[in-house]
Amino acid sequence: MTKPRLPGPLRSASLAALAAILLAGTPGAGAQAVGADSIAEIRIGLLSQTPEPPPSVSNPDEPAADDGLAGATLAIADNNTTGKFLKQSFVLDSVEVPPDGDAAAALRELAGRGNRFVIVDAPGATVEALSKLPEARNLLLLNANAPDDALRGSACAANLVHVAPSRAMLADALGQYLVKKRWPRWFLVTGRRPEDKLYADAIRRTAKRFGAQIVAEKEWTAESDVNRTAESEIPVFTQTKAYDVLIVADEVGEFGDYLSYRTADPRPVTGTQGLVPTVWHRTHEQWGAAQLQSRFKAAAKRPMTARDHNDWTAVRVVGEAAARTRTADPDRLIAFIQSPDFTMSAFRGAPLSLRPWDGQLRQPVLLAADRSVVSVSPQEGFLHPRTELDTLGYDQPETLCKTRGKTTP
Amino acid sequence: MTAVRFTGISLAALIAATLASAAAAQTIYVSNEKDNTLSVIDGKTMSVTDTIKVGKRPRGITLSKDGTQLFICASDDHAVQVLDLASKKVVHNLPSGEDPEQFALSPDGKSLIIANEDSNIVTVVDVPTRKVAFQVDVGVEPEGMDVSPDGRWGVNTSETTSMVHWIDMEKRQVVDNTLVGPRPRYAQFTRDGSQLWVSSEIGGTVSVIDTASRKVTKVVDFHIKGIAKDRIQPVGVKLTDDGRYAFVALGPANHVAVVDAKTFEVKDYLLVGRRVWQLALTPDQKTLYTTNGVSGDVSIIDVDALKVTKTVKVGRYPWGVAVKG
Repeated sequence: MTKPRLPGPLRSASLAALAAILLAGTPGAGAQAVGADSIAEIRIGLLSQTPEPPPSVSNPDEPAADDGLAGATLAIADNNTTGKFLKQSFVLDSVEVPPDGDAAAALRELAGRGNRFVIVDAPGATVEALSKLPEARNLLLLNANAPDDALRGSACAANLVHVAPSRAMLADALGQYLVKKRWPRWFLVTGRRPEDKLYADAIRRTAKRFGAQIVAEKEWTAESDVNRTAESEIPVFTQTKAYDVLIVADEVGEFGDYLSYRTADPRPVTGTQGLVPTVWHRTHEQWGAAQLQSRFKAAAKRPMTARDHNDWTAVRVVGEAAARTRTADPDRLIAFIQSPDFTMSAFRGAPLSLRPWDGQLRQPVLLAADRSVVSVSPQEGFLHPRTELDTLGYDQPETLCKTRGKTTP
Repeated sequence: MTAVRFTGISLAALIAATLASAAAAQTIYVSNEKDNTLSVIDGKTMSVTDTIKVGKRPRGITLSKDGTQLFICASDDHAVQVLDLASKKVVHNLPSGEDPEQFALSPDGKSLIIANEDSNIVTVVDVPTRKVAFQVDVGVEPEGMDVSPDGRWGVNTSETTSMVHWIDMEKRQVVDNTLVGPRPRYAQFTRDGSQLWVSSEIGGTVSVIDTASRKVTKVVDFHIKGIAKDRIQPVGVKLTDDGRYAFVALGPANHVAVVDAKTFEVKDYLLVGRRVWQLALTPDQKTLYTTNGVSGDVSIIDVDALKVTKTVKVGRYPWGVAVKG
């Protein structure tokens, strides 16, 4: 038997996996052929990658080992409860990639097993790299974690939709509330990591959009153990011009939690710590959220996190599309999810739907303090001719995405 | 001419007097979800006359067939409480399954069918023996409940599954499912049982389903000037017995839609309190009561005039409403 010549990127893949990949590329594969009374299987892959937290962080709330995965697992159960009335069965195929692991190989593995939907719960760089793989061309990747606006802009892709909100959406959600409260003078404190700079950029964009003013900016560069020095360092660090609120950009949580109650002036802390824009919070109970909270708690034995909720939503996007179209055909499901007819409920009031210009899921954003939900954006009075949800993040005329259709929703 | 006018006036006075005496006998019960109480409103004075302490997180409420008892879904007590209206005391609990939210009483008054929101189950309780008759599996987050006037069908809507589940009450199983708009909240049969009206909170629509075929035959859409489409979230539905109107509570849109039940056209939108949730008609069909969760009050609507006549402050998060005629 002669060894088949394989194209470069596939050479390492086993023959069986290759066959499966080729199969996955043909329309209708991944969904078992449907007889009149047989059950149609819909496979959903979950590729998770959790970056290693920096050693300096003192983290009082160690994330659970199944953070994210538990949300996807519950959503599969929810999909199957509905599915049993429609003869549809949902299977989660979960792969955990180590921080320095080969995400591309993991995606090939998932595609090889017939997963046409792959939820990517990973940093932005991984999401972007995966979306460009030839093996991903026929898949629908659901970004359930990375907030990077570039993924929705210059790096957007037709096979990539974003379940997690972008940094611009989070910043706008916070900014609308601060402007509504008439707290328009912001003191922006940015951490030393690249993602902190991106968060700060989003805050600057928000200030410009909603007429707020960044009156002062500082960068937190301290290398010392902030836990021990905060009480002396932060009052000095926060001496600046008169401002209404401090906005901190510290995504990994290196120092942001130490700002509250230690600023020179008595001012609230918001941003990545303090009052935080987020998709989910353990105290959120409106719009039937109490039901999802208790269902999750019963299954996972802990409260639902934002990461769990994003993964839950991603799996539900596929489930909702399958119920609405009554099909398990991945091509039809992918087309429906990206069509203006797709809407779903996610316990935050307004229905979620997809922005065709960048593949972003429109959604309300909660503003949460430690033990309460303070408000939900968009705020009243921020108007939009299509839906108020489009006041959050990049609207159609501003999008930097060129490869997606420009069709009006 | 003068005589006729006089007659006209006295006739009006007579009608008013009759109305007043009819209203005098009416008592309105409102469950306050966040106060663990019921507010009692006198139909004549249109004011709160009493507040009764009940179980935790009371939501759906309904009167017993003979009108002497009120069934209350005490969701966080995982029980349906039975309140004796004369003594205003909870006399016993019915086994309800976990987290009961809404229920419906069969036309013979003997079966209470209950949505167990957290466990994707509908529980049917035999009221006289106070025992669970049977349970059936339904979709995710069962919510809206009704029983057809002939007692054949029990229906349940499941919010996350977005379906109506048709329970054959004799066979004791789900025999059909109808897909409706996202997050169906409430179901009501027409008086003749030929149609089932179902609201979809996130879909922003009401589906009219033909009972015989169990297919959606009409979808009613709502548009209110100056209110974004996604804030129009239909919840409670009430149909008048004469088949004239369907009233639809539109949640955070703070309006009740008046739908012509024959042409399915929306005739009017009545401004009520904030986050209007559930509705109840008086037995004489002349008055509609709405619970307004966020503003913590009840709006009173004159059905003939299609006007809101009064707003009555009740407890925190009024949810269910029932009228004793």
